[in-house]
Amino acid sequence: MMTKVMRSKGVAIAALLALVVLAGVGCKKKIADPFPASGAVTGWDKGEKTQSFNAANLYEYIDGGAEQYISAGVVGVSTSDYKFQGSLEATVDVYTMKATGGAKTIFDADPPTIDSKSVPLGDAARLYGQSVVFRKGPTLVRITAFEAAPGEGDALLALAHGVEGKLQD
Amino acid sequence: MQNRREFVKEMVAGAAVLGAGTKYAWGQGKVAEKSRVVIVRDAKLRTPGPAPDEKRVTAMLDHAMQTYYSAQNPVQPWKQLVRPGQVVSLKMNALGGRAIAPSVALVTAICERLQQAGIKAGDIVVWDRGSRDLEAAGFKLSDAPGAVRFVGSDKAGYEDAAVSYGSVTTKLSKILTQSDVVINMPVLKNHNIVGVTMAMKNMYGVINNPSTMHGTGCNPYIADLNMIPQIRQKVRFVIGDLKTGVYEGGPTYRPEYSWNEDGLMVGEDRVAIDTISAQIVERKRAEEGLNTLDQKGTPLTYIATAADAQHKLGTNDLARIALIEQRIA
Repeated sequence: MMTKVMRSKGVAIAALLALVVLAGVGCKKKIADPFPASGAVTGWDKGEKTQSFNAANLYEYIDGGAEQYISAGVVGVSTSDYKFQGSLEATVDVYTMKATGGAKTIFDADPPTIDSKSVPLGDAARLYGQSVVFRKGPTLVRITAFEAAPGEGDALLALAHGVEGKLQD
Repeated sequence: MQNRREFVKEMVAGAAVLGAGTKYAWGQGKVAEKSRVVIVRDAKLRTPGPAPDEKRVTAMLDHAMQTYYSAQNPVQPWKQLVRPGQVVSLKMNALGGRAIAPSVALVTAICERLQQAGIKAGDIVVWDRGSRDLEAAGFKLSDAPGAVRFVGSDKAGYEDAAVSYGSVTTKLSKILTQSDVVINMPVLKNHNIVGVTMAMKNMYGVINNPSTMHGTGCNPYIADLNMIPQIRQKVRFVIGDLKTGVYEGGPTYRPEYSWNEDGLMVGEDRVAIDTISAQIVERKRAEEGLNTLDQKGTPLTYIATAADAQHKLGTNDLARIALIEQRIA
């Protein structure tokens, strides 16, 4: 019994070491944590859950929308909800692509709207009425609010800057 | 509650069939007369908050159902649609979160009418593929006995045995197979593969392997999937929430490409529903200066396939669709 427990512990430690090695060596593009903590961006609180999907199960998150990302070389997406001043809710999606070109492909696929405007953020960014999208290297970030609210654009942009600051160069 | 007289009929196309009653043979796909599609809109549907006005949603639902069934009171249509003792489920499209999902107010109103028609609360199931999606759309998961259940197929599970039709081999959600009647509750969205997703595409949420059916514009997968007997026969009515539509960038919620349609669409013919839905999205795209779905490379081939001689799921022939559009004053 004792031998079995020790063997299990050994396997667990080996697996943990392997994960550490993989995280440090093999996944340099991986973002450690792109999500600002509650209060890190004025007025914004992060939801409890952060969910992640890879290319294989991305459809569970965005259904047929996954195809576009897979074609562009998506590695995965992490997503978390935020709340601004206790009311305005938004979702932050951080897509990691295999290469910068993939993020550009997705970004460029969205036609501008009459009320959208380019903003200085990352490599390229566009602010819409209820959302902001930007790319930085192989990362594409989409922040979407679920309702219109006064001052929403400024709040979303502030959160976007908070996320951008946590992305690795 | 608004009296029907308080509604103003804006436009009636195919008014001659108003009192005739569409003869749609379930399981045979035979359209003997024009397929009716009723759209009711209410410009005052919205409140300052994110949720629509509950009373106006109920009024809109009643008006749409009474118009469709030529009924004199709000409960009568439901008595034609369901019978006491049946298990009735509402298949949502909640994937896009609460901004582009059937509203809680609409679902609540439907559950109330079903109970007034004799369906026990415990025999009503509100569901979608993922529990997470239901929660994101504002529904509280619940499996309490005797109450309306809110559950995802991920929790309820799928049948062990696969079913097939044409290009499709899949396992069905147990919620579907255990339902006597399914009410399809889609939302109106552009879809970057199929052009428009509404009634038929929503059936991707009743199976275990939707990701395997997105090639070639989901064609003929969507039509074949809807041919599977359990889907074709049990999914008897469509109540589409048109509060918000997405005309570009779908099927996810894209506020920058969304608009307020502030309406409700009902009907039995899933192909006719999708045909009219495609027209609405195309109209909006034109208003926004975008190219057509065909030009974009997402032709609506699955709708034509569903209407073809092999499938006969309904009609995509506008001459055989009686579109009744009304607006609440």
